[in-house]
Amino acid sequence: MDEARLRTLTPSVISALVRRGADFAAAEDAVQDALVEAVRGWGDEPPRDPAGWLVTVAWRRFLDAVRADTTRRHREVRVEGEPPPGPGVSVDDTLQLYFLCAHPSLTPASAVALTLRAVGGLTTRQIARAYLVPEATMAQRISRAKKTVSGVRFHEPGDVATVLRVLYLVFNEGHSGDVDLAAEAIRLTRQLAAMTRHEEAAGLLALMLLHHARRPARTDPDGRLVPLAEQDRGLWDTRMIAEGVDVLQAALARDRLGEFQAQAAIAALHADAQAAEETDWVQIVEWYDELVRLTDSPVARLNRAVAVGEADGARAGLTALAGLDPALPRYTAVAAYLHERDGDPATAARLYADAARSAASLPERDHLTRQAARLNADHKG
Amino acid sequence: MAKYLLLKHYRGAPEAVNDVPMDQWRPEEVTAHVQYMNDFAARLVGTGEFVDSQALSPEGTFVRYDGEGRPPVTDGPFAETKDLIAGWMVIDVESHERALELAGELSAAPGAHGKPIHEWLEVRPFLAHQGVTHCG
Repeated sequence: MDEARLRTLTPSVISALVRRGADFAAAEDAVQDALVEAVRGWGDEPPRDPAGWLVTVAWRRFLDAVRADTTRRHREVRVEGEPPPGPGVSVDDTLQLYFLCAHPSLTPASAVALTLRAVGGLTTRQIARAYLVPEATMAQRISRAKKTVSGVRFHEPGDVATVLRVLYLVFNEGHSGDVDLAAEAIRLTRQLAAMTRHEEAAGLLALMLLHHARRPARTDPDGRLVPLAEQDRGLWDTRMIAEGVDVLQAALARDRLGEFQAQAAIAALHADAQAAEETDWVQIVEWYDELVRLTDSPVARLNRAVAVGEADGARAGLTALAGLDPALPRYTAVAAYLHERDGDPATAARLYADAARSAASLPERDHLTRQAARLNADHKG
Repeated sequence: MAKYLLLKHYRGAPEAVNDVPMDQWRPEEVTAHVQYMNDFAARLVGTGEFVDSQALSPEGTFVRYDGEGRPPVTDGPFAETKDLIAGWMVIDVESHERALELAGELSAAPGAHGKPIHEWLEVRPFLAHQGVTHCG
């Protein structure tokens, strides 16, 4: 049994322990121990009921820990009666685990770490590597997060929207390497969407699939950013796009629109175009109108300005941009792009250079610098 | 082996010989520059001398403690006067000479017109951790 398959069992095993009366932090530790033991001991022959095996071993570990903790105080406590392992899987409990890990009392960074650990079953080392921080740092972050939620009752109702936000954060990290967080986020969202029937869970899953499908085309072999319009669409994963569209259509059919569905609809319209110039910008603007209505997010307005620039011309795009706060991330880059399309390369070059200085990532900075350099070179030549 | 920090400054260092702002280069020159830096780092990974490297945003704020129970004081970014660190690389090398040699190579990254920038890099040795000294 491979490690990935093993990880999928994690949430239900933790839930089983919590249901039997273990507190969350201790249950989580015990399950990690059991997973390590499983990886070491199973080899090619996993037990017939892997979840049951994990519950049994983790419960024993939990009791050992409790015993060690309380020996001096009350030796006899909690040692009695080991319940049979049973199937150990309850959709509701697993869902509660998602809610707990995304609890509003946690900072987003802590919620992400705890979700990857308790729901995703990743080891501290794997999470640390994915976030490019030392393992000891991540261990502290997780243990603080566990302490924060330790007083939270397992059956307090949770908020799906918060869980979805946390999963979206994981997806956007997307470092690849030992653990591909984007793929991990898709796996967890898929699991969640199967459990909840919440239309926005399906919306987020569709959004992730549609974005992820374009990933192979987004950078060239040297790590350079390739803008959507210039991407080699032959590199897009058409099967993943088809799945994303199916998931989205099923969600939209339930007629309860949310921001993730709207964003997925925009991604689907991009995915649908065989060539950049076939993009249905008019429909994309309509979806951005929906998105602005749903979220009133300045980022949505900024993206809408780009779409308006494509649908109705650069001048209209600049008008849409006019009311927005220039301090928004990527505002300057968008302004540069629209000015170039509007036939003002000098202004565009200056803005691209400005945007490069405040870029958030190295590939982005290099890309914007190259854009400025291109316009300046044309200008001189 | 000893660790050295190679610091690249936006400002504060003497002017580079080939001192043309990057957005005035040709796009291929920008690409060649980035490629040179990546190749350099990859080569040091190969020789076992690379430790870490990061580029930094020019945005920065000065912060200091302002007394018990009070929020820290912030000021800046003093964009016109303060030194800005563009990025850094940590190397772990046999000798000070080797550190200088590598900094020289890094400073030769191509810039405008495909010619080396000849920028100034600062080389700072790490202070060793306190502790056991190994003899022999």
